Amino acid sequence: MISPHGGKLVDRTVPFEKRDQTVHEAARLTQLEISQDLARDVENIAYGAFSPLEGFLCQGDYESVLHTKRLQNDQVWTIPILLDVSKEELNGVKEGDRVTLVDNTRLPFALLDIEQTYTYDRKELAEKVYGTTDHAHPGVARTFAMKDLLVGGKITLIDPLFDEFQRLRLKPVETRVLFNEKGWRTIVGFQTRNIPHIGHEYVQKTALTFVDGLFINPVIGKKKKGDFKDEVILDAYNALLANYYLKDRTVLAILRMAMRYAGPREAIFHAIIRKNFGCTHFVVGRDHAGVGSYYPPYAAQQIFEEFPDLQIVPLFFTAFFYCSKCESVVNEKICPHGAQYRIDFSGTKLRGKLSSGDAPPKELIRPEVAEVLLKHKDPFVE
Amino acid sequence: MSNKSVELPESLVNRVESRIKGSKFASVSDYVTFVLREKLAEEESPKTPFSEEEEKKIKDRLRALGYL
Repeated sequence: MISPHGGKLVDRTVPFEKRDQTVHEAARLTQLEISQDLARDVENIAYGAFSPLEGFLCQGDYESVLHTKRLQNDQVWTIPILLDVSKEELNGVKEGDRVTLVDNTRLPFALLDIEQTYTYDRKELAEKVYGTTDHAHPGVARTFAMKDLLVGGKITLIDPLFDEFQRLRLKPVETRVLFNEKGWRTIVGFQTRNIPHIGHEYVQKTALTFVDGLFINPVIGKKKKGDFKDEVILDAYNALLANYYLKDRTVLAILRMAMRYAGPREAIFHAIIRKNFGCTHFVVGRDHAGVGSYYPPYAAQQIFEEFPDLQIVPLFFTAFFYCSKCESVVNEKICPHGAQYRIDFSGTKLRGKLSSGDAPPKELIRPEVAEVLLKHKDPFVE
Repeated sequence: MSNKSVELPESLVNRVESRIKGSKFASVSDYVTFVLREKLAEEESPKTPFSEEEEKKIKDRLRALGYL
């Protein structure tokens, strides 16, 4: 089985026998309230999805990631995982102190050992990670809304956060056991934030043809306006898998994490996470993790050339479409027919159809999936 | 990230210089860094240890969730 990134699967959870003692300790410490998105980052660190990270980045690693796309120890890392706070929130807490992290329900769920507090340049952060400082970019907007200070240090998870999709949530250690038990030696990871159309099915099944198993891993968490709601994505996938996929060859589990829309850098980050889940291969399509037209269509594929030591193998796919002459889903490398025969998998067209209550054509969406989508009164994030 | 120098046989450097002409590598250092990172990643890959007890607990949860 492929090694976790950095060689060791991180586990920053409190052992069962020490939980009560840790809860008592947490009750006495200063509390620091963090957003749901950051709380999910804490969980991902604790469960090893972000291995080798054991906490939020300190300044040395932050600058190294920004400028070299690597941690200070030379391991590939492209998206800085940061905890931003205001001076007021720190409230006298200093480096070397331990604080309790609470989420927006005020429930203590983790501890943070503060190694360092430091200032940073929002413009530089946006430019390096997103390649732009345009505030219309959702990642840039989020960066400029960050608080004044960054806090670095290791976290320890006491209790998992509430998750309405708990039954579909697996930790990296669990997927690794699962893949092993299924006898899969090669596994392709598929990242998605969308409902599945026929084009996705084509990509997934093409990739699966060459490996033992397919791991479909939708990102569930904060998205942008107009994206499909989480429950819609999962209902749609369940309908698709039940009708068109071999159960022994496919696993569906969610990843609780906010999208960054950082295009190429995020493609590497997504690949590292799937490597930690035990995937040996990872699908990278056109404009992976992109938004608008901020990134060249295949920049998220080209960036993989920079990292010979990533180990997980990227599988690159070009844009695909339905060709009425070929009568199948094809891509520009294999279809000789003209544009007049093409039906594109246009998200806008699909949204338009669904908003008017019409079923999308079967060339774009499986009827069972369309039925599920139409049952949702309001399927889009507002 | 600060850099350090290493010594290489001149003949090897010459070969690398010819090899990287017109490639994505801007220098011999870039090429050597690339190759070393690739090699080290292969060699530094330990097995993931699961204790029997841990594995049994995980399998029980996976069965309860319908994954196994």
